[in-house]
Amino acid sequence: MTIEIEAEHRLGAFRLEAAFASGPGVTALFGRSGAGKTTLVNVIAGLLRPARGRLAVEGALLLDTARGIFVPAHKRRIGYVFQEGRLFPHLTVRQNLLFGRWFHRKAAHPTMAEVVALLDLAPLVDRRPAALSGGEKQRVAIGRALLADPRLLLMDEPLASLDAERKSEILPYIERLRDETKIPIVYVSHSIPEVTRLATTLVLMAAGRVEAVGTVEEVMGRLDLAPKTGRFEAGAVLEARVASHDATYGLTQLRCAAGELTVPRLALPLGTAVRVRIRARDVIIAREPPRAISALNVLRGRVAEIAAGDAAQCEIRLALGSASLLARITRRSLAELDLAPGSEVFAVVKSVALGDGPETVEI
Amino acid sequence: MTLALTPEELDAIRLSLRVALWAMACSLPPAVLVALVLARGRFWGKALLDGIVHLPLVLPPVVTGYLLLLLFGRQGPLGRFFAEAFGLVFAFRWTGAALAAAIMGFPLMVRAIRLSLEAVDRRLEAAAATLGAGALGVFATVTLPLMLPGIIAGLILSFARSFGEFGATITFVSNIPGETETLPLAIYAFTQAPGGDPMALRLTLVSVAVSMSALLAAELLARRLARKLAPA
Repeated sequence: MTIEIEAEHRLGAFRLEAAFASGPGVTALFGRSGAGKTTLVNVIAGLLRPARGRLAVEGALLLDTARGIFVPAHKRRIGYVFQEGRLFPHLTVRQNLLFGRWFHRKAAHPTMAEVVALLDLAPLVDRRPAALSGGEKQRVAIGRALLADPRLLLMDEPLASLDAERKSEILPYIERLRDETKIPIVYVSHSIPEVTRLATTLVLMAAGRVEAVGTVEEVMGRLDLAPKTGRFEAGAVLEARVASHDATYGLTQLRCAAGELTVPRLALPLGTAVRVRIRARDVIIAREPPRAISALNVLRGRVAEIAAGDAAQCEIRLALGSASLLARITRRSLAELDLAPGSEVFAVVKSVALGDGPETVEI
Repeated sequence: MTLALTPEELDAIRLSLRVALWAMACSLPPAVLVALVLARGRFWGKALLDGIVHLPLVLPPVVTGYLLLLLFGRQGPLGRFFAEAFGLVFAFRWTGAALAAAIMGFPLMVRAIRLSLEAVDRRLEAAAATLGAGALGVFATVTLPLMLPGIIAGLILSFARSFGEFGATITFVSNIPGETETLPLAIYAFTQAPGGDPMALRLTLVSVAVSMSALLAAELLARRLARKLAPA
């Protein structure tokens, strides 16, 4: 395992009691504000010493309260990109980038040139942080962390303070980071589109505890976790590949475990992997194959689970092949359609959000 | 009245500058240390230390001077220690004037440095730690540069206070021309002597000029730094 962490700590009324283990790539710590994501990340960074805990990163034991081991933050070689950038205002961008090298002179990798190229920093190096936009600051903050030659990179909501346009400007850089460097990343976020797009492993946190660990598909497809991801945004994620393009109507066919999905044309080569998120509120359930309907995507499956609350609406998990889809319907429809686990149904998908962009595509 | 200064007056000015500069320079390291302890430390007796540091600000200068005489005089415990250990004598020497000036300016310097230290964003220090900087490294590369405006303000305040010190100096080291007769002491002496008014007035003008220059220099430096340290 790349990261193994266990931590117990109390901060006022808040109690952190979290543990997870995760592999390479991006581990997304996902949950609402106040779930304890930042506290856990601070434990990993060494900025917070937990009452009890253990942390190993790529085999190096950095914290073990039982054995009295606590490696201080400056000796952990764990990079940290903060939500607010935290660039040093008295230094130029170049000095900010090379800050880690003042203390870790032996580090030769990555080079300044590599990092400048990876993050397109060349036009910024002679400026001062005060003269940078929010997105530029975050790119510099990422570069600064990389140049300290970290064995693990922590990113705490690096996009949260940016507007939608800046977010989509930074996301490709983080993807490049994930794909081109082999540095494992722990990415904190409360944004489902970001997590869907970036995560290799998803760690869902709520009230200081880890509720689930798994792939995005696994965790997002679980009915019991839907309330914790937020009712409005709850929805399953499907791993799909570009199967064909339809030039006549400007459409693209995606193939996934749940079947075929038709979406507006994507400028991606055949075979490209994409993540598709289908929100529970965008799924309509029919008992019979709907005919003469404008929706292009009608998937066949069966009811796997029903979470019937006492509110007007309830969530249902559908099994479509080996994949799961979540749907939210009214309890009245549940009764009128006489749905029960095992019922054969057709899922009409009104819109999907594609993993390569935070925007939802209507179909 | 001519504007040319007599050798006696020049002596007083030179001595005042020397006393003020030494007082300012020697106060700086302990002032930074005390500011650090007061701003960041958590220990029993912190309020007491805070009180002691601020005492010269509220005590009558004569009292401070008399206490210095008791402690650092030839027969005083600290005076004897410094004389024996380092050959450093304060009583009735310019070094004593510098000591008195330093003590009087110390609370002002500590206050200015402490304020700027408290304004330093500790999250930046945490960021520096994640980049590999140990406690000393963080202090040298982040904390110290960010508190520079306070340090400069503290230096100027201490210099100005030292340059104008009167009560503690005259009580501790008396008024010896060429040795402890600083500018304020010289002005006082001239006003007491018949026909000394022109000299007193000339030295007053010098005093105003030096103090104004110090203030202007501080203002200029502060502005330049403010531009440089504009929050990111």
